[in-house]
Amino acid sequence: MSQVLLSAKGLRLAFGGVKAADGIDLDVRHGEFLAIIGPNGAGKTTFINMTTGYLRPQAGRIEFDGKPILGLSPRAIVRRGIGRSFQLPQLFSEHTVLENAALAIAARRGIWSPFTPLLRPRWRDEAMDLLDRFGLRAVAESRADALNEGARKLADIAMAVALEPSLLLMDEPTSGVAAAEKMVIVETLVRVLRSTGVTAVFVEHDMDVVARFADRVAVWSQGRIAALGPPGEVLADPKVRREVIGIAANA
Amino acid sequence: MKRESLLAALGALALVVCAWAVPWLKFVLTIALAKGIAVLGILLLLRAGQVSFGHSMFLALGAYTMAFLAPMEDEVLLLLPAAALIAAGFGLVIGLFLVRYRDIFFGMLNLAFAMVLYSLLEKLYAITKGTDGIRVAALSFAGTEPERGTQEWIVFGIALGLAILFGLLVRFYLASPMGRALAGIKTRETRLEFMGVPARRVLLFAYVLSALMGGVGGALVAMTTRHVTPQIAYWTASGELVFIAILGGAGSALGPFLGATAFELVRVYAAAAVADAWQMILGGVLLVVILFAPGGVWGLLSRRWRA
Repeated sequence: MSQVLLSAKGLRLAFGGVKAADGIDLDVRHGEFLAIIGPNGAGKTTFINMTTGYLRPQAGRIEFDGKPILGLSPRAIVRRGIGRSFQLPQLFSEHTVLENAALAIAARRGIWSPFTPLLRPRWRDEAMDLLDRFGLRAVAESRADALNEGARKLADIAMAVALEPSLLLMDEPTSGVAAAEKMVIVETLVRVLRSTGVTAVFVEHDMDVVARFADRVAVWSQGRIAALGPPGEVLADPKVRREVIGIAANA
Repeated sequence: MKRESLLAALGALALVVCAWAVPWLKFVLTIALAKGIAVLGILLLLRAGQVSFGHSMFLALGAYTMAFLAPMEDEVLLLLPAAALIAAGFGLVIGLFLVRYRDIFFGMLNLAFAMVLYSLLEKLYAITKGTDGIRVAALSFAGTEPERGTQEWIVFGIALGLAILFGLLVRFYLASPMGRALAGIKTRETRLEFMGVPARRVLLFAYVLSALMGGVGGALVAMTTRHVTPQIAYWTASGELVFIAILGGAGSALGPFLGATAFELVRVYAAAAVADAWQMILGGVLLVVILFAPGGVWGLLSRRWRA
């Protein structure tokens, strides 16, 4: 079995009476693409928020690369090598796409230079190369808030990839994207992530995307993992099809 | 960018010509430049989406540093950096607390600190001479003590030189990773944190820089008026700086100087024309700017270029 990169044990978190995490145990292996599926409100985003330090679980522990990360700030967790993208892309809307990418590169290389330009030649080239890999070169000079949803999603993920994480958590990378665009976006995404060797966990509602690109699928239901395994097995499970995919498809 | 540099050069030249042609305007324009430098600091905070309603405290710190130290050391080349450093140091200390807050809390906490300083300056009569204020002792410039007319030109020249220096500094800063991250605080602070960038530290750097420029502005005001009173720290003085920032526009480092010059000239001429109602005229100008030129004077000029 491959080495475990992220290990979550007994995560619990309730918001009032709603159990967003009710004993989550999950190991993410080095290099795999793990899809998280489940109906809205099942606690998928909560898991990402707990892993990235945005929320603190009431019980349980999380280890990354063998070291505990619970209680660390999002900033410290990013520096350990966990990146994330957002369901609603978090781009700097007043900046161009190129500046967004360059700022992410600056965040990795060192932002504390107050009098040398962000778009210095080397960083500009690096940012352009990053955008190229995501198929965003044509919109590099556009303001981030002028992009369509698909490009916004890719730019959001490109910024996370610029930080060179070893684990990338993506919250619904294809939500809000037109059906015709969806597969193109995921193919681009998977190609880039596979080429960098990054381990990926992604929340997804589209079962075609999950079946085609995930190495394993975790099924979330009411704050618990109801099933975990290869997509062929999990997605064929009648209980999952009836109770989760049916709901998820309607969600 | 070239047009911006050209406008800056033409603006600087116009100020010199005005100061030469109309000698009494030299005083007004020096004050405008001093306030423009302080407003550059407000502009930095505006880039982060934050408004300080208490920035006059840094002018007061710069001005009072000048007034307190001048009897002991009259050299402007030492006094100016001292005023800047004291304001920056104070900015660092209160900034460590203030950068935890955003929006209305940030604005009002700045106001609170400024009002505390104002009260201290007003009440501690034994030290500050209260509302009587302190007269700034005679100053020397690089070891010389020129006569009054020459001295006025020197102070005007220093103000103009520092305005250009800080204008360039702010322009480079805003184009740097730190400057772009500062603007990111306004739009996506969460993202900054998830990129591993400490937003508070980014804002703190800008705050200290803005305090430093406030201190320099205050020192220049003291060098020009030669008399310092607590009024410089009063909340209306802070409001005036925000007014100038809006009037000039936050889109360029030139905005604060365009705004400050327009403000001081409108004030002088409005006060001369309608002595009791000049504030009403300034209020009217602000209304017109907000309604028809939200980008301020700078916004109007740059729109004309683009058209």
